[in-house]
Amino acid sequence: MAKFPSDEWVKEFCKTLNQNKAYEEAAKTWEGDFLFIITPDEDLDKEYVFYVDLWHGKCREARLLSNREEKRTEYIYEGKYSNWKKLIKGEIDPIKGLLTRKFKLKGNMSKVMRATKAAKELVKTASLVPTDFI
Amino acid sequence: MWYFSSPKLIVFGEDALEYLESVKASKVFIVTDKNIASFGLLEKVLKHLEVSGVEVKVFDEVEPEPPKETIFKGAELASQFKPDLIIGLGGGSCIDSAKAIRVLYERPDVQIEEISPLTNLGLGKKTKLICIPTTSGTGAEATWAVVITDKRKKVKLELASREVISDVAILDPELVKKLPKKLTVEPALDALAQAIEAYISQWKNDFSDALAVKAVQLIFKYLPRAYKKGSSDIEAREKMHIAATLSGLAFSNSQVTILHALAHSAGAIFRIPHGRAVALFTPYSLRFNFSKSWKLYAELAETIGLKAVSKKELAVKFLNEIEKLLKELKVATAVKDLRIEREEYLSKINELVERTMESTGLIANPREVTEDDVKKLFIYAYEGKNVDF
Repeated sequence: MAKFPSDEWVKEFCKTLNQNKAYEEAAKTWEGDFLFIITPDEDLDKEYVFYVDLWHGKCREARLLSNREEKRTEYIYEGKYSNWKKLIKGEIDPIKGLLTRKFKLKGNMSKVMRATKAAKELVKTASLVPTDFI
Repeated sequence: MWYFSSPKLIVFGEDALEYLESVKASKVFIVTDKNIASFGLLEKVLKHLEVSGVEVKVFDEVEPEPPKETIFKGAELASQFKPDLIIGLGGGSCIDSAKAIRVLYERPDVQIEEISPLTNLGLGKKTKLICIPTTSGTGAEATWAVVITDKRKKVKLELASREVISDVAILDPELVKKLPKKLTVEPALDALAQAIEAYISQWKNDFSDALAVKAVQLIFKYLPRAYKKGSSDIEAREKMHIAATLSGLAFSNSQVTILHALAHSAGAIFRIPHGRAVALFTPYSLRFNFSKSWKLYAELAETIGLKAVSKKELAVKFLNEIEKLLKELKVATAVKDLRIEREEYLSKINELVERTMESTGLIANPREVTEDDVKKLFIYAYEGKNVDF
């Protein structure tokens, strides 16, 4: 079981994503990399930053970065640790999470709003990763 | 956490247009189309604005399923005129155009595609927005959705921002009492679909449910009357006008479903008017969602007074009742009836599927949707075949 957040977890997520046919179909035209930023709250003492490169339904690379300045990406998806936990457990709808500002997204909005099914499959995949929360 | 959004004020009923006599503005920019002017509806609005002594400029170039270019032209004129009040007067196309023109007028630095719930627009510094519907259907006067057509890409841009919702919606039955049959029926069936979609969407909530149920009840009761009796049944006209706004509020605070995704896709590629496309795809979409939504269909059936031995039977009755209504109102329920050639249709099926899969209408659809499902739905809809998958 991978600890969230950790390099092991994001690599496992990438592997699971590459085995998910539903994600592959939904994201087959998607081109764009992300920083997934987990900001600290009462249960997390520091910020964690994942780099995830998504391309045509596949995850090409995923790793834990040392900080948010290490890599420039097309998108940044950012939220508190407690909200990430809920997202991974399927307790927050990813789009509703954005609409209610539980998560912030920076990048080309029109492109991402046409990829909502891919976003949902992406989050569903995260819930498939056996996860041990801090 | 979730939100409920609506206009700050909804003025409705007989003489509702009189509200315009007391508007606090000095320069008013009206966004409308040429038909509204020729039917004398613009004149009714101008008469009331005259009392308030404001300076008025009319932009009457909105086309059905308005393209981006119209919005750019309207925004350019607005920025020259510098209004402190924009009025959207007309059907959904005029009202959505007014919303989009308002955004580009207030935020010329924003691209139209950037109108999204995630973009902070900061509207309201230059102008207010009043929406006055002249059809009873889209509910655009009460929603935060904006649908604009990108003609080059043959796609409908499904834009949305809670900031674009009108400050005031005015529902005056006087403006809809002489609607011809087609303009009575097609928008009304859009309203019916929106209300049902709001009720079955994954994002449904108590607020949207209440509005959806009332809209469905009013439409089943008053649409056949408005259709048959036209202007002689002013009560039916007034109730249908309110039902449309209720439906707009319902879906705007919940979500639409695959039904609107299919209609937007086909509408953009084959230039089918929105209400007609929605009516056409209604039976296929509702039957497609049956496995996930039948209990909710049964609840809606009860609210319109249908009875059956079991809940499932009641749900089936509800769908049959809708199909009966479509027949009674003489709307096309198969694509082939729209004089679209089979060969041409099939040659564009991949494009239709692709557009649908990109639609925000799939976000909260009760049933998971695959590309194969969408392709089959388009094929079934062409032939008028009952959905069996």
